[in-house]
Amino acid sequence: MTDLTRLSAAVLAEKLRAGEVTSVEVTQACLDRIAAVEPAVHAYLHVSADEALATARDVDARRAAGEELHPLAGVPIAVKDVVVTRGMPSTAGSKILEGWVPPYDATLVERIRAAGMPILGKTNMDEFAMGSSTEHSAYGNTHNPWDLERIPGGSGGGSAAAVAAFTAPLAIGTDTGGSIRQPGAVTGTVGVKPTYGGVSRYGLIALASSLDQAGPVTRTVLDSALLHELIGGHDPRDSTSIPEPLPDLVGAARRGAQGDLSGVTVGVVTQLQGEGYQPGVQARFEESLELLTKAGAKVVEVSCPHFEYALAAYYLILPAEASSNLAKFDGMRFGLRVEPEDGPVTAERVMAATRGAGFGDEVKRRIILGTYALSAGYYDAYYGSAQKVRTLIQQDFDAAFEQADVLVSPTSPTTAFKLGEKLDDPLAMYLNDVATIPANLAGIPGISVPNGLSVPPEGGDALPTGFQVLAPAKADDRLYRVGAALEAALESRWGGPLLDRAPDLG
Amino acid sequence: MTQMVDYADAVRRYDPVLGIEVHVELGTRTKMFCAAEVEFGGEPNTQTTPVSLGLPGALPVVNGTAVEYAIRIGLALNCQIAESCRFARKNYFYPDVPKNFQTSQYDEPIAFDGWLDVELEDGTVHRVEIERAHMEEDAGKNTHVGGSTGRIHGAEYSLVDYNRAGIPLVEIVTKPITGVGDRAPEVARAYVQALRDIFRALDVSEAKMERGNVRADVNVSLRPTPESPLGTRTETKNVNSFRSVERVVRHEISRQAGALDAGRTIVQETRHWHEDTGTTTSGRVKSDAEDYRYFPEPDLVPVEPSREWVEEIRATLPELPQARRRRLQTEWGYADAEMRDVVNAGAIELIEATVAAGSSPAAARKWWMGELARRAKQDERELADLPITPAQIGELQGLVDSGRINDKIARQVLDGVLAGEGDPEAVVVARGLEIVSDDGALLAAIDEALAAQPDVVEKVRGGNQGPVGAIIGAVMKATRGQADAKRVRELVLERIGA
Repeated sequence: MTDLTRLSAAVLAEKLRAGEVTSVEVTQACLDRIAAVEPAVHAYLHVSADEALATARDVDARRAAGEELHPLAGVPIAVKDVVVTRGMPSTAGSKILEGWVPPYDATLVERIRAAGMPILGKTNMDEFAMGSSTEHSAYGNTHNPWDLERIPGGSGGGSAAAVAAFTAPLAIGTDTGGSIRQPGAVTGTVGVKPTYGGVSRYGLIALASSLDQAGPVTRTVLDSALLHELIGGHDPRDSTSIPEPLPDLVGAARRGAQGDLSGVTVGVVTQLQGEGYQPGVQARFEESLELLTKAGAKVVEVSCPHFEYALAAYYLILPAEASSNLAKFDGMRFGLRVEPEDGPVTAERVMAATRGAGFGDEVKRRIILGTYALSAGYYDAYYGSAQKVRTLIQQDFDAAFEQADVLVSPTSPTTAFKLGEKLDDPLAMYLNDVATIPANLAGIPGISVPNGLSVPPEGGDALPTGFQVLAPAKADDRLYRVGAALEAALESRWGGPLLDRAPDLG
Repeated sequence: MTQMVDYADAVRRYDPVLGIEVHVELGTRTKMFCAAEVEFGGEPNTQTTPVSLGLPGALPVVNGTAVEYAIRIGLALNCQIAESCRFARKNYFYPDVPKNFQTSQYDEPIAFDGWLDVELEDGTVHRVEIERAHMEEDAGKNTHVGGSTGRIHGAEYSLVDYNRAGIPLVEIVTKPITGVGDRAPEVARAYVQALRDIFRALDVSEAKMERGNVRADVNVSLRPTPESPLGTRTETKNVNSFRSVERVVRHEISRQAGALDAGRTIVQETRHWHEDTGTTTSGRVKSDAEDYRYFPEPDLVPVEPSREWVEEIRATLPELPQARRRRLQTEWGYADAEMRDVVNAGAIELIEATVAAGSSPAAARKWWMGELARRAKQDERELADLPITPAQIGELQGLVDSGRINDKIARQVLDGVLAGEGDPEAVVVARGLEIVSDDGALLAAIDEALAAQPDVVEKVRGGNQGPVGAIIGAVMKATRGQADAKRVRELVLERIGA
């Protein structure tokens, strides 16, 4: 019998539609797999088995009754814990939200529920999405299915590990500086950060409002396109939501999978390769470029001179917005409430005690940074300058997209590092996102596609690498066309998906 | 404690400068950034959504009607309307601010650079320059339980009601108001009152002071002469009535003059107004420590009202109170002083409705500014609160005009209406007050009077008409005043044959 957990969402959807399997069977298979591998991986903070099975039964019944269903109806999904889900805990990986059960659904969750997709549970993450390793979760580490001693990336390490470990065919991530794409790269999965405004942020516990974007975490490019089309599109509850309809993403993925990229110009960003990138990562990247050339693409080199300031600008804008977004966590209305151990119980002292006890060190670090950056007298030098850099980076992208249809780079400069390795060195941790951050600053879409394995410098088993494709705003379809073409070329070379080579955790 | 300086003395020796910030709660159906319905007096925390509770994940969406109302206010105050403007976050921790930041316009107000001509009770007009009018959201409401003062100090615990959190506000900020001298308190009051009237005319707010729909923050500073640089100001917050606005200015002028006389400097601070004692006390000192860390609200896109829309709003602005007053004065033919009295008595609407009910403007004014004003004063209530409607006054005047009752009887009819006996017509019938216009009935009464006073008849026949009054008086008495005195006179003379 086929192991249902190893099938892609597109294939599962086909089998469900054809009546070859039921949603209950698929959902139960995922739940069984969760039971088997979760003790080792710890991708989930909450598993909603009963609710998922109830949804599955309902969708099976509706299908049996001949009801017209969404193409993904019955396909299970995992959701990052930063997305609010009615009646299901939503902690954003923080102690300060322990026990909080939201009274409402994020827009993307409404769409998932409306499509009849069983929600398996909520996935682990760095606290409030601050981190690149998921080690900043208040609820323990998630382990990389390729090597349990290593990080699964972050902040969305839980979603990436869940998909890589075959406990869910699909997951939702959020990407503020790379939190979908970098975990995708280091776990051998596909991750897409849509154009800013392409997926509603209503119901995403905000990290940095001008950078956050939810997107798909999957095992194939086509699956990402299917999920992106479900969760994307205009939402009147998000003022920054794009009013125009999405381009044809699934069509672009199917077209790309046919392997013809003639007429497509691919721009290699000079500043996003070379120094600081592991030789194996760089080698896989160049091999992928050759495959794109073979598929008919023209490869050119483009320069984005202001990218060298991207990380600095990002680490002013993000903390500034986060310091304000996280102000609401004060013990007054929801979540954790800690009263001071001695002295009077005033609102101010409860707020201080709650925030002191509820936030982890990385969160405090960024709140302090952001509060400082916004302070009177410093605003222009820090937040103001960072916004100017942001404009310059947008201009770099505009100029680069004059020369190329898509831009490409390695997604992450390194393969997965060891748990604990960079925990005490925030700057080294931040550098992991050097290639992904510019897209967030400019609001453009990006995808990471697994493009091979590389032995880390310290030796040991080979680990996944990722190939990043960036497109102009609202041209997300280009990601899918190029991403699917590369995926098809690589899989035909490998003779199957990369994840087939991952250790069997079961 | 600083010695207060007598007000007249203070304004003789110092030049007061005002700055007034008025917050008006807009009467939109829903809140500034979410669909929570707004209604006065709901159960606590029932008019909320995840947005107005500041729940994780919730996002704001600008209320288009609130923007329209803000533009209306801006246009009525002769302001420029921004082509593009943004909201900002004003960051501070306080439990009545659910997000711990207030979403407010900061350096990009929707309306700016306007003015408003304010008319004082004696007809003097003072132009108040408007710096800006910007949109923001209201905070929730804290109730401090326990303790004696109702203030947070000494309270056992506090309750927060978020029904008010997120209600749209427009804040109107003046430029420094100078050159008002001893009339500063009047100007302050007249300005706030003029704004209230405009809000009502524009139909953007119920603008009830007593409900806190309109709140004023009053800034006052003194300087030795109008040529001196501006002095340090104090800001007295949340002044909730016209009278208090006037009193605050007066009090602050006297208090600051006292401090300056004593050689002290004025501290830039927030002050609280105490209605009962008529004094202000020091609140928090404004200093650099108060840093709201403003930055543009990243969850919202800029508000960009198209010029076409702005012109459409301008074209459909209702007639504003001042223009309306001028028009009505012309239509009614009132003298300036008469019109001012009407305005000051708050009788415009009443007179307008009375005229609409058929009364002449002169008669309407006579009723409302005469007999009714007297009765309102006697009962210590507002004219509009008397239990009589303009329609009833119109009807009453109609009875007089048609000669069915006379002025004297009309006052009795008024008594009846005020006593709840029904409309004037009904009171006339029920009390049997209609003028006796039946000549037969009158003649009977006249003959009786003539018979009783033969000496009078003689005198009149002798050419002296003076004593006719005695006969008329007797007839009037006999008919309980319900006879038309003019007709009685005619009939008497006819009867005597003079």
